[in-house]
Amino acid sequence: MESLVASYLPILIFLGVAVGIAVIAIVASVLAATQRPDVEKNSPYECGFEPFDDARHKFDVRFYLVAILFIIFDLEVAFLFPWAVSLGQIGMFGFWSMIVFLGVLTIGFIYEWRKGALEWE
Amino acid sequence: MIEALAFYMFASITVAAGVLVISVRNPVHSVLFLILAFFNSAGLFVLLGAEFLAMILVVVYVGAVAVLFMFVVMMLDINFVEMRQGFLQYLPIGAVVGLILLVELAVVVGGWHISPEVVAAGAAPTPDAASVTNTQALGQLLYTHYVYLFQAAGLVLLVAMVGAIVLTHRKRTGVKKQVIADQLARSAAQSVKLVKVETGKGI
Repeated sequence: MESLVASYLPILIFLGVAVGIAVIAIVASVLAATQRPDVEKNSPYECGFEPFDDARHKFDVRFYLVAILFIIFDLEVAFLFPWAVSLGQIGMFGFWSMIVFLGVLTIGFIYEWRKGALEWE
Repeated sequence: MIEALAFYMFASITVAAGVLVISVRNPVHSVLFLILAFFNSAGLFVLLGAEFLAMILVVVYVGAVAVLFMFVVMMLDINFVEMRQGFLQYLPIGAVVGLILLVELAVVVGGWHISPEVVAAGAAPTPDAASVTNTQALGQLLYTHYVYLFQAAGLVLLVAMVGAIVLTHRKRTGVKKQVIADQLARSAAQSVKLVKVETGKGI
């Protein structure tokens, strides 16, 4: 257990370096550069004229559907990892338990395919 | 020593990011703080030795759930500044929910302390952490010992999939789509018409 956590130490060091560089870049630009802000400089810039409307549009609900379906298949793949690693120990029962799981999700996949939920015209 | 320092760093950033999630004005920023909280929780999982859960937290929560939250934030046509007026008034209700969770945690952890043998009797034999890796230990239990829960998870995902489609999908009319079968089934007889045009008359 100790060695496992210790083996992540390089990642922690990299994390520290990354955060450090990011902070240095921001702080140095604040300190070193000349700052003379005015209203025009701070206003949103859109090809030289005033922006037409707010940048936050309403999204089509179809993006949400795609995101939900993505999460579900993402989880399905996440379940495959431990299964693939331990397939030698869990035997035929473990193998078929995963096949049934995949079958259930394939039913959903066929459903969404037939419904046309994946089509985007 | 480094472990303790890392724990306090991850834990404090997680708590701070959690507070910021509910207190910043811009909802997009609060989703970004949620991502920060997810990353630091992944760090906490690694410190506990749960590498697989840390990876799943980054892949599923940061990669997918945060994107979904972002979509939800972008989809709602609400004046967020107006909505968040007095948002922190709901803090007592949130505190009560948190308190209930804390009590539940205390009951569980207290149970471990009072009689450790009960936990050993109820739980599956955990594989030895020294001999198998984290992911392998999960795999050895999840698909055989906890097969019903595993299949129930599959059914929950199926219901989520069907529910999302039923709620949000609707047929769009007047959309021109390519139907390859129809294209291939067309023959020259259906689509080409030969007209004998007499000179000087037109059709």
